[in-house]
Amino acid sequence: MADPANFTRDAMVHMDSLYSAALRMTRNAADAEDLVQETFLRAYRGYGRFEEGTNLRAWLYRILTNTFINSYRAKQRRPQESDLADVEDLYLYRRLGGVETSELGRSAEDQLMDVLTESEVKEAIEALPDKFRLPVLLADIEGFSYKEIAEIVDVPIGTVMSRLHRGRKALQKSLWEFATERRLVPDSSAVAASSREGAADGSQPGMSETSTTGS
Amino acid sequence: MSENCDVALAELYEYLDGELTDEARARIERHLLECSPCLEAFDFEAEVRRIIADRCRDQCPDELRRRIQAAIDGNA
Repeated sequence: MADPANFTRDAMVHMDSLYSAALRMTRNAADAEDLVQETFLRAYRGYGRFEEGTNLRAWLYRILTNTFINSYRAKQRRPQESDLADVEDLYLYRRLGGVETSELGRSAEDQLMDVLTESEVKEAIEALPDKFRLPVLLADIEGFSYKEIAEIVDVPIGTVMSRLHRGRKALQKSLWEFATERRLVPDSSAVAASSREGAADGSQPGMSETSTTGS
Repeated sequence: MSENCDVALAELYEYLDGELTDEARARIERHLLECSPCLEAFDFEAEVRRIIADRCRDQCPDELRRRIQAAIDGNA
């Protein structure tokens, strides 16, 4: 049994990360604020039932997720939200990784920083259908284990893993597409005009889809 | 691309997620020591993950924090 007097000390420190998750879930600040407020008030009222010493953060995320699913998702449901097209593995790596980028004097990591802008990362995550977005959010942003995610979203671990896998690939593909639309990849300022032709379709010279990795 | 690369890449996400057994993790780490293309792919994916997480850190508005605290102080 947790003492309600400790709620502020123990739970309120998670408010920034819960608010961030709520923004990705609801996709707008007003709903995110309402969702976070409702989550904390529910958590406070239920705090007596929380077993001290167990994972408070996971418990708070479970309340957040349940509240989102029950109160917000219904009114926000978008058409054709149910599934994702299949995307190849290592989608970004096959386009940005490898030795070719170093010829431009830039590391793959530098390019990544340009490709993954804050607004586009947020937009790409928010565009994922709920059943993929929640696992990706909980694993990649919040760092929960598969088991914790399975408990938070209430699906089997195997389902968490497959949704994570597909969600991550779809996320990489949409981030690539955003960057391509901005004509930022390959870096338009550093790529010589002569190499632009090969780069314009997003492929890297010498990088085939199947032989990027391996010895 | 060797069989070991196939195995390593198939377990890439579970490795990065810290979900593998000690034995499976050690097997991958042995492979990464001798296979720089796989090492590069693993590093790249880890970096993507790190940047994506960094890009999604929002600050809870102070006003919301105060509102919630006030509701709790009023015993919700």
